[in-house]
Amino acid sequence: MAETPAQLSRSRDLDKLLLRPGNLIGANFEPGEELRDDIGKYAKVLVLGAGGLGCELLKDLALSGFQNLEVIDMDRIEVTNLNRQFLFRFEDVGKPKAEVAAKRVMERVSGVNIKPHYCRIEDKELDFYSDFSIIVLGLDSIEARSYINAVACSFLEYDSDDNAREETIKPMVDGGTEGFKGHARIILPGVTPCFECTIWLFPPQVKFPLCTLAETPRTAAHCIEYAHLIKWDEVHSGKAFDPDEAEHMKWVYNEAVKRAVLFGIPGVTFSLTQGVVKNIIPAIASTNAIISAACALETLKLASGCSKTLSNYLTYNGAEGLHTKVTEFVRDKDCLVCGPGVLIELETSITLQKFIDLLEEHPKLLLSKASVTHQGNNLYMQAPPVLEEMTRSNLNQVLFDLMGKTAKSILHVTGTTSKNDKKFSTLRKLRVVFKGVDGVTDMDTAGGA
Amino acid sequence: MAEPKTKYDRQLRIWGEQGQAALEKASICLLNCGPTGSETLKNLVLGGVGSITVIDGSKVEVGDLGNNFMVDESSVGQSKAKCVCAFLQELNDAVKAKFIEEYPEALIETTPSFFSQFTLVVALREANVMLIFARSYGLTGFVRISLKEHSVIESKPDHFLDDLRLNNPWPELRRFAESIDLDTQDSVAHKHTPYVLILVKMAEQWAKSHGGSLPSTREEKKEFKDLLKAKMVAMDEDNYKEAIEASFKVFAPRGISPDLQQILNDNRAEVDSNSSDFWGDGGCSEGSFIPSGISLLHSNLEFIANQGGGEAPLEGSIPDMTSSTELYVNLQNIYQAKAEADFLSIEQRVCRYRSIEDEFNSPILPELQKYLTDEDYSSVAIGFYILIRAVDRFAANYNSFPGQFDGGMDEDISRLKTTAVGLLSDLGCNGSTLTEDLINEMCRFGASELHAVAAFIGGIASQEVIKLITRQFVPMSGTFVFNGIDHKSQLLSL
Repeated sequence: MAETPAQLSRSRDLDKLLLRPGNLIGANFEPGEELRDDIGKYAKVLVLGAGGLGCELLKDLALSGFQNLEVIDMDRIEVTNLNRQFLFRFEDVGKPKAEVAAKRVMERVSGVNIKPHYCRIEDKELDFYSDFSIIVLGLDSIEARSYINAVACSFLEYDSDDNAREETIKPMVDGGTEGFKGHARIILPGVTPCFECTIWLFPPQVKFPLCTLAETPRTAAHCIEYAHLIKWDEVHSGKAFDPDEAEHMKWVYNEAVKRAVLFGIPGVTFSLTQGVVKNIIPAIASTNAIISAACALETLKLASGCSKTLSNYLTYNGAEGLHTKVTEFVRDKDCLVCGPGVLIELETSITLQKFIDLLEEHPKLLLSKASVTHQGNNLYMQAPPVLEEMTRSNLNQVLFDLMGKTAKSILHVTGTTSKNDKKFSTLRKLRVVFKGVDGVTDMDTAGGA
Repeated sequence: MAEPKTKYDRQLRIWGEQGQAALEKASICLLNCGPTGSETLKNLVLGGVGSITVIDGSKVEVGDLGNNFMVDESSVGQSKAKCVCAFLQELNDAVKAKFIEEYPEALIETTPSFFSQFTLVVALREANVMLIFARSYGLTGFVRISLKEHSVIESKPDHFLDDLRLNNPWPELRRFAESIDLDTQDSVAHKHTPYVLILVKMAEQWAKSHGGSLPSTREEKKEFKDLLKAKMVAMDEDNYKEAIEASFKVFAPRGISPDLQQILNDNRAEVDSNSSDFWGDGGCSEGSFIPSGISLLHSNLEFIANQGGGEAPLEGSIPDMTSSTELYVNLQNIYQAKAEADFLSIEQRVCRYRSIEDEFNSPILPELQKYLTDEDYSSVAIGFYILIRAVDRFAANYNSFPGQFDGGMDEDISRLKTTAVGLLSDLGCNGSTLTEDLINEMCRFGASELHAVAAFIGGIASQEVIKLITRQFVPMSGTFVFNGIDHKSQLLSL
């Protein structure tokens, strides 16, 4: 077999898919060297999380032709990461994950540039996120997914027929694993269900009723939670329990054992104590590899159109035999997050302060401590202090004026809502209409003007 | 050096110290370290297998840099086995990593006994060596386990199918339920009686007044639920609410499902005839959790027919439920004791696999035809399965894979079509065809290995390796065919 020049290129295999026309392809597929080069040069992909999924994703995307990647992770490397987060070595323990992961992939894959961000996803401005072609989620919490979903959906604009405007759709690819199970999904806000439309897929965490812990413990976990949530406070008046403090954990374990003996309940171990108290989710390399690979492949297909895409939710279960399943979920048309937005009618005389107070009482929002943004301008920011001080003078001003006297416009508000006694950061999109203004009609999309 | 227990904490929570010890004793051999094989080994090295041996005679080319993370620019021109092995060693110094710069085909030819030293070979059905095939090809690929037989020690169902036997309690459970009188309890005891006991008692009562049968019609089921409701003495009795919600478990037919019964009957015939061509490819399942398509062996069959009284062995775990501590712990002990007794009655839980050679030469025809005519889910997967085999035949005839080189695409497409039709006819499926679209796509793929596809296939392969080595969890059955177009992949039993 003769070697043609193509065999000498590092894109030898990828070229087959990107340079050749195909039959089972996406809508805007235009095969050619230009497509390949555009993916390398112009497609910017953001990876959220540099953990079990994130490490795999960065490698997979770098080897799928993407050359502009950024990654956010707020954690530092721990010893328990090393069984699966293959970009980290023992010497790296204690260093920020995002930085080490980016460096390792750049060392091995030439031409790839990865910018690490060692921070929380909430620390970045909306503008930061709007810059990316695709956002890939390798996150481990529902709250973080919910937040970034709201961010991506905040860019979405609708035309006067309530159809999503294609150029405002920010695609997301989401992965998640637990033990031998996992999922991968594509979220095209306004087209496929967003994270919030199908929030019921993630059942709330099991919380034990306090009376069960106090009076009728039945399982080892009940004994552990009794020691952790009740006994600790009884004995250590005022001293907070710290799960990373080895002595604290040992104390909880010993107390849990005592309680288990008292009630004749089997199964309390130190490892289980750590698991219950820290809510540790078992994790292995292979499941992360499978789910990340599916996410990276879908990212490549979204960016290039070189094949059809997943529609729209893949589940994998390898615990008993091997099961994969694709489910096509449908959008919730009334979704607060990816829908056209919560409609709010306002008097033209309302001040920004009054408006913020109103958000707290609005039955669909119940949003306290709101920060308000209009077309990228901060009208009022609760934090950081510098910004708060800069925007404070706006509070007494009339909102209608602050928004440039347009009859209809889009506002983004972030604040906190509480659910089951827990507080969450929430971002909401509002469709504001001022009463009695003869403005331009059919300007539902003024936010994009 | 990290404390190994800490490093492996997140996986020890899945397979425990026993599983980990098995991994640390295992020696794995990889034939050909392209991206698929390299990714497979990566996941196993991270998990801490005992030793790995990478066998590959080729040198690293520039093209390999685009799809294999384990080689870099400094590797070009060097032994691929050596470079991949060096990277893998970096991941975990507890693993013994070796490489042999030789083509596996040559090694098989000259010293076949070489392979018997390994626990598992990735890519010969040598005595007592497990073998797994994994391959990626464009947007498709497959994984296939090949070994003579495999026994599962613990299948660890991860969610309760709620096999509580409420519709068919064994004597110990029945006696325990009888010891409680729902009508004379004080209110505290009444709201702390686990729903399992409530349902066993109520079902017993119902059966007594209905000639031994349990509620089956819609009216009867409603009546039964109303009886439960009537037993409540206060609105806040969560145990009764749980009982009403779980009452469908009383209505379920006793014993194993008719589908499963059919499978068992088919299997029994084959086992009795001592055929080595066992029905389907099998993983084997412990207990009552029996995924479809999995073949059970002798011992399990015997259990269901004899000691089990028509039921599969009990799994034994019970979900948490509203209860007093004492009743819950006692209940747990009764289920555990039954599960242990059932366990002892089963001598062995074994799965056997059909040889790959048998599958290739004489696939199970009705199954094959069923897949080929299924227009819904699996048509693409079976299409890829046939085409992966067809491209190998193509390569044997024409010295290259269809579309491997630029130019001559139209000719390759028509040759591949002819090859696929010929293959289908050899398999006994005359007249079956594959779609033009799929044939065109296969030629477009041109034997490429995309990293993301390789990582997916390698991930699946390593997952199955772990299940085989730890002897926990049920390994996959059949041939897994990856469909990278829309992810409607499938397990084929051929």
